[in-house]
Amino acid sequence: MTAKPLYQAPLLETPFHARTSALNQANAWARWAGYTTVDCYTDLSTEYFAIRHAASLYDVSPMIKYRIAGPEAERYMNRLLTRDIRKLKPDRVAYAVWCNDDGKVLDDGTVFRRGESEFLLKAQERHLAWLQDSAFGFDVTVEDVSEAIAGLALQGPLSCTVLKAMGLDGIAGLKPFGIAEHDLDGTPLAVSRTGFTGDLGYELWIEPARALDLWDRLMEAGAPHRLTPIGSQALNLARIEAGFIQTNADFVAADQAVRPTRQRSPFELGLDWLVDFDKGHFTGRRALLRERETGSRYRLVGLDIEGSKPARDALIYHGKARQVGMVTSAMWSPTAKRNIALATLEAAWADKSDGLWAEIYVNKELKWEKTAARCRIVTRPFFDPPRRRATPAPDY
Amino acid sequence: MTADRKYGAIVIGGGHNGLVCAAFLAKAGRSVLVVEAADELGGAARNAEIAPGYTAPACAHILHLLHPRVRSRLKLRRHGLAFAARRLPTVALAADGNHLTLSGKRILGEVPEEDARAWRRLRKRLLRMAGTLHPFLGRTPPRLAGESWQDRITLARLALALRLLGKAEMRDFLRIVNMNAADLLDDELGDARLKGVLAFDAVLGTNFGPRSPGSVLTWLYRLAGEARGGRLGLAIPTGGMGAVTEALAASAQAFGADIRTGAPVRRIVVEGDRAAAVELESGNVLRTHAVISSADPKTTFFDLVGPEHLDTGFLRQVNGFRSKGLAAKLNLALDDLPDFAGLDRGALGGRLVIAPDIGYVERAFDHSKYGEYSAEPAIEITIPTLHDPTLAPDGGHVLSAVVQYAPRELAGGWAAHREAFADHVVAAIARYAPDLAGRIVGRQLLTPEDIERDFRIAGGHWHHGDLAVDQMLMLRPVPGWAQYETPIANLYLCGAGAHPGGGVMGAAGMNAAQRILATPAPEGAT
Repeated sequence: MTAKPLYQAPLLETPFHARTSALNQANAWARWAGYTTVDCYTDLSTEYFAIRHAASLYDVSPMIKYRIAGPEAERYMNRLLTRDIRKLKPDRVAYAVWCNDDGKVLDDGTVFRRGESEFLLKAQERHLAWLQDSAFGFDVTVEDVSEAIAGLALQGPLSCTVLKAMGLDGIAGLKPFGIAEHDLDGTPLAVSRTGFTGDLGYELWIEPARALDLWDRLMEAGAPHRLTPIGSQALNLARIEAGFIQTNADFVAADQAVRPTRQRSPFELGLDWLVDFDKGHFTGRRALLRERETGSRYRLVGLDIEGSKPARDALIYHGKARQVGMVTSAMWSPTAKRNIALATLEAAWADKSDGLWAEIYVNKELKWEKTAARCRIVTRPFFDPPRRRATPAPDY
Repeated sequence: MTADRKYGAIVIGGGHNGLVCAAFLAKAGRSVLVVEAADELGGAARNAEIAPGYTAPACAHILHLLHPRVRSRLKLRRHGLAFAARRLPTVALAADGNHLTLSGKRILGEVPEEDARAWRRLRKRLLRMAGTLHPFLGRTPPRLAGESWQDRITLARLALALRLLGKAEMRDFLRIVNMNAADLLDDELGDARLKGVLAFDAVLGTNFGPRSPGSVLTWLYRLAGEARGGRLGLAIPTGGMGAVTEALAASAQAFGADIRTGAPVRRIVVEGDRAAAVELESGNVLRTHAVISSADPKTTFFDLVGPEHLDTGFLRQVNGFRSKGLAAKLNLALDDLPDFAGLDRGALGGRLVIAPDIGYVERAFDHSKYGEYSAEPAIEITIPTLHDPTLAPDGGHVLSAVVQYAPRELAGGWAAHREAFADHVVAAIARYAPDLAGRIVGRQLLTPEDIERDFRIAGGHWHHGDLAVDQMLMLRPVPGWAQYETPIANLYLCGAGAHPGGGVMGAAGMNAAQRILATPAPEGAT
């Protein structure tokens, strides 16, 4: 924590700042939820390939975390989220979205079930008012614990190897979306097999006072395995390959959208599988039932685009004439060897795989050129290695 | 009546709106059951025995808003509704005994002729504006999104009604409608007593003082009932307010409705996102095609339906429905008529108001903002026994007082302060009737806390929720749900928390019934 007054240091520092700042050779910082966080330490390619070929370490402490506890926590979560949370067992994690009354997505996040009547909800944006108002009439407490938990994402094929080297017994047996309790010299250390890279990987959660110890122990154990700290740019490439959407990048959080038509339902984000109409009522259910009957306006899809020019911010046309959507995330995927993108299309065009074109602008030494590239709707993830799901985690 | 009979509709709450709704539904051929938690029907419109032989109006004590269609279509006269007094004059009490009496457009008492003239002009002007609002009390408020022709017609009618006032008067309406009553009164009138009593009328039953913006609108709303409600004016039913309830119950039963008292509801059973049954505290589950709640919105949605069945945004709005009562009721049993200085027995039969000037009412309101009761409360008094001696033993009388302001959340809590408050109110009245204290043989005080408990109204607000521009018409109880429907299919609202609000008007119950009848009856609902 900095002692400088707010006007001199308007951004907070994460519990790992002493280490991340020392390593940040590129001095590339980005703002995340009020914290200054590393965008890129040294070189984007090096960091990206660490994720896919070795092991990477990413500071996720700014993630917003809420603790929901009480006798009616399960009922509360089931009414908040669109999926059936009663099926989530203790020490398991689930991906989830939650909606406003109109069935538009407020955010997505991960739900950690920490017991019969205790959950942690981790999200990109802040939702305390909504979560507390959702607690009217439920015997639960909702608490923002963002600053009480420091987090590191350890991702990549060698991530399990690093944890074994650090002495975490039995970690290889942890299943995807499982949570294991370990300790760091007596301090509780929660390890979940979760992440945002679509690869084999873990997230480690510890009290902030022991954050630097955790970092040092990981870096020490990871040194022989080329464990590399990564910034948000590298992570973003991995998450696009994994086909994950990001709030306020691929869709606007419903409560932040100034234009009502920018709000998106789970169906419009391609998250139909997260909506369970048979589990009882949840906020937005009635609106989503209506949408299911009358049809959605948009559809978020994965695109495979010909050529190798990343289709960042490209408009999507049908037959090169009619604009039917736009790209929200795009990259040349070095691992999948494909030119990929996430795009939102008008619903009517989202199941037509023929005739879609991306209008891509390319800057060739200060000269913008426009090219049209044929694209195809494909299933996500774009890159899906078996090691992501293998249990026990493979040893390389 | 058999235990397993399935009713077309079950109305929760046997207050006047519940009974009105049930009667209209039964009249149209639906099979209806009313379930009332208390052993007596009537809700806030019932009698209470406050001392042996003394019957007082438990809550409401003047009938001035009862919707004319309720009275005529439910044949209330045939079912026993009669009036012991109509067109009660209003007496503005003055400390020096120099009172003013307002009777229709006339003012009796010493008042400058120019003030009397100005009041006649102002009254006419306000009544014309209020008259344009009146038809909308008896209609379902339109959806602003204008989904149906009916909505558009209602909106168009509202616009047309305003336009028909004429250009100058429409401008005037738009100018004053969000003003505060004090400014308007200061603009138009001079006499302090006159302004005081009118300022009191503007804020009676609201969370406003005369200087609160919007208090002209609440005044117009009150006048809307009078503008067309008509010839009754302020009336006292024979047999007390309970007689209105009796007539409504008799009417509902004559049309075929069943009524059960002493049957508190535990919850509304929701199955497949529809209201399917009502579960009583006794454990009985009564299945039905429609559940109609005359309970206030918070009780209905939080306690009876349960938040699990509702969206967060909707409940956020319901939670924000301002519903903290600000009026208390004091009923006194008296062994003889108290001597109000300067008032004869005839004048005493009117509506007596202690609100000697605007500042008095505003100061009374100020306290409520800080969780205090008024140091000098504004009070509306009736002595119903002057019109109906059967309500008290020979020679005895009942004094019924509505007291503002008595906030629901009193600093230090009501339990510790209720007796002191009652003494305080008695002392305030005794300033005008010095022998009052010696005449009291029994008294009953209802603070908003008592009203909340005894009448099962969350917040203890007589209107279930503030009448203010943001909680009126298409915004009552919450925006998007002002059509008596709820997010749960087959669940309706018919109480004062719905448009047009409280007062013993019956319009909410009537409008809800019309709304329900506008949709085809499900099979077996008759």
